[in-house]
Amino acid sequence: IRHYVMAQTNSYRQSSNGVADESPNMLVYRKMEDVIAHMQDETNGIPVRTVKSFLSKIPSVFSGKIHFFIVTVKRLEALHLGTLMAAHGYFFPISDHVLTLKDDGTFYRFQTPYFWPSNCWEPENTDYAVYLCKRTMQNKARLELADYEAESLARLQRAFARKWEFIFMQAEAQAKVDKKRDKIERKILDSQERAFWDVHRPVPGCVNTTEADIKKSSRMKQPHKTRKSVYGLQNDIQSHSPAHTPAPEVKEPTEEEIRDQIQHWQAQLDRHRLKMSKVAESLLSYTGQYVEYDPFFTSPEPSNPWISDDITVWELETSKEPGQQRVKRWGFGINEVLKDPVGREQFLKFLESEFSSENLRFWLAVQEVKKRPIREVPTRVQEIWQEFLAPGAPSAINVDSKSYDKTTQNVKDPGRYAFEDAQEHIYKLMKSDSYSRFLRSTFYQELLQAKKKVNNWLRRPDV
Amino acid sequence: TCEYNYVLSCISCEPRVLSLQNILSLILFLLPASALTTGIYMIFSTKPEMATQEVQPNETLTNLKAESDTLKTKLEDERAKLHDVELHQVAEKVDGLGQFIMKTRRTLKGHGNKVLCMDWCKDKRRIVSSSQDGKVIVWDAFTTNKEHAVTMPCTWVMACAYAPSGCAVACGGLDNKCSVYPLSLDKNENLAAKKKSVAMHTNYLSACSFTNSDMQILTSSGDGTCALWDVESGQLLQSFHGHAADVLCLDLAPSETGNTFVSGGCDKKANVWDMRSGQCIQSFETHESDINSVRYYPSGDAFASGSDDATCRLYDLRADREVAIYSKESIIFGASSVDFSLSGRLLFGGYNDYTINVWDVLKGTRVSILFGHENRVSTLRLSPDGTAFCSGSWDHTLRIWA
Repeated sequence: IRHYVMAQTNSYRQSSNGVADESPNMLVYRKMEDVIAHMQDETNGIPVRTVKSFLSKIPSVFSGKIHFFIVTVKRLEALHLGTLMAAHGYFFPISDHVLTLKDDGTFYRFQTPYFWPSNCWEPENTDYAVYLCKRTMQNKARLELADYEAESLARLQRAFARKWEFIFMQAEAQAKVDKKRDKIERKILDSQERAFWDVHRPVPGCVNTTEADIKKSSRMKQPHKTRKSVYGLQNDIQSHSPAHTPAPEVKEPTEEEIRDQIQHWQAQLDRHRLKMSKVAESLLSYTGQYVEYDPFFTSPEPSNPWISDDITVWELETSKEPGQQRVKRWGFGINEVLKDPVGREQFLKFLESEFSSENLRFWLAVQEVKKRPIREVPTRVQEIWQEFLAPGAPSAINVDSKSYDKTTQNVKDPGRYAFEDAQEHIYKLMKSDSYSRFLRSTFYQELLQAKKKVNNWLRRPDV
Repeated sequence: TCEYNYVLSCISCEPRVLSLQNILSLILFLLPASALTTGIYMIFSTKPEMATQEVQPNETLTNLKAESDTLKTKLEDERAKLHDVELHQVAEKVDGLGQFIMKTRRTLKGHGNKVLCMDWCKDKRRIVSSSQDGKVIVWDAFTTNKEHAVTMPCTWVMACAYAPSGCAVACGGLDNKCSVYPLSLDKNENLAAKKKSVAMHTNYLSACSFTNSDMQILTSSGDGTCALWDVESGQLLQSFHGHAADVLCLDLAPSETGNTFVSGGCDKKANVWDMRSGQCIQSFETHESDINSVRYYPSGDAFASGSDDATCRLYDLRADREVAIYSKESIIFGASSVDFSLSGRLLFGGYNDYTINVWDVLKGTRVSILFGHENRVSTLRLSPDGTAFCSGSWDHTLRIWA
């Protein structure tokens, strides 16, 4: 067993703007071709040989036990990647139309680079018709058309009824040439040609790996590279597929654009940045704090509905009685209590009992305004102004003078963000004042201890 | 016939040893003369130098460009100065993760073509999904029952979203629009009749998301922009310009106070936007190909991206830089969609090689690889309470994993 570490992706192909212009498909093809190159390496590659079989010889094959050559520790993953490479047409099983890689003794052959997908093949149905027609002219049991191929041929005959004579002639001519070729060479070529069509006209039910994501295919940068004609036939169809629009010319940026860019860089430079060590600690601590709430780490009580089919945990959450774990979470930060509707409710209840709820009510009202249709905004803004900020407001809140002045101006031409500054100020107040009081209050502490349950220790999901 | 002969002789070269001579003669023959140069360059490099008819840029433009480049370099230096340690180094003190048992718990069958997008309802069990055949389906994923189905007038419905109230869904794609359908309790009611067109772009709709209300929708498009819309009136509230190519994805920041979102595009950039002003407040460009998916870390201080360069990356907003790359030599197909587990410790990535890779966000290692889908995974999202995640695939199905 020899393990190989795949060589670093050939940098010469990817640097120097190469990456900038490679379509996503090309990127993947290049990587697969790197693996192929590795597999075909003169000294360290897979041995390709001629196998004697019954009365004949099978030329140029390698056995399916090749997964060691595909870099990865896990066999399953290697077989999967190998199957994908076969499905894309880089090598193929010699006795099957279905392109997979199996780890048994079956034989595979490399595809000739001429047929590689990186050549942007989009073979026409006329070529496929010629190919199928040619196949019927060859009197070999192994070359008999499969059912789906026979069906395709029948369909194509109907579709190309008017030029069938031409297609037939092409097929005949090719068959004639083929007969004169060396037997071994023919075997190899036939199989490679067949494998090509297995990629572009796959067995029904198999994945068609040539299908593209329409978002990407409409951006094809080099439409003239598309190969449509497999056999050098004259096509009366336009050479560019209508789905391919030429890539827009890369425009030189205008002066204004560069000035904007400069402004942008300047603003970025002025930004305050944190050291990586601090950031890392923060990420670690957040994750550590929430891991007990993460169902992938800590099984929910009593169980994960998707695993047990029991929805008790969802029913408990909709009840007005918050569980201890949930209440504990409100203590992690003001955002936790604000984003949980039950938390908001309890927080409000507490503040009302202290006759100091105007800040939270203001904050909630402003959040609400931003959720309304734009049509309702001016009215709502006025209502909020009257209730919380206008002289003599019934629920007067205290905002710094700067924000107050700005808000006064905003309210004259009310938009969704009229209260943004005031809201920010109130948020900071709540965070440092009301929220801390809430956490220290008996109100909250009682909620926290209300259900005297044993704590959930961190444990693996119970499957 | 002589053409065919020639083609044969080219193909039948010993496949293992295709000499440079052979490649050259093959290309010389097959390409029209005008593309000759291109053909040869194809072997040696990837991009032929297109001779552009350029007018000599004037002094000011050159100076400005130089100034811009200098600032950019300076920014990169400033960012690098604060890079005193790697995330995975700091994470060494955290326990490693053991084996996870994640299985498909539900399979949703019913789409007749590639599933392109899905979203969860806030009730933690319903989902909406959209497909290449124009169908949008609302499911109770728990029972696997289909509850509503709409047929869009276009194919390739690339985006769909559930409204926060659970009473409507939004979707769009090749029609360049985002439409909202109220969900009726009456299953027999024709949903299509109540359809409301909200967003209008000049190219395909790649993603859409309700903000924290049924009344606003945020969209991204192949026209290179993002936009915020008022649902009731269809009015454009704010547009976001800055991407140099198609915008493929977006995600709203999970903050109660912030008004920001992140978008990713074919220009390889991930941009963070201020919803109020329309300004791009931060930008990251380290991926080597299209960014297909972006998702915030649950605290809102960072976000992950998945790209056609076969990597996922983590960017921290406070450090203002990329802080982790999730990749493996054996993963060569692009990542189409990413999401975090509730604590942010796990990153789930759906890939174009039909698999889902699960990453340890802090240590940077892969924890698990999930097989099951029979074609590309195109969409992936964690459920609202984190108890499961859903993946949608080109194999026409959706799977719930837990």
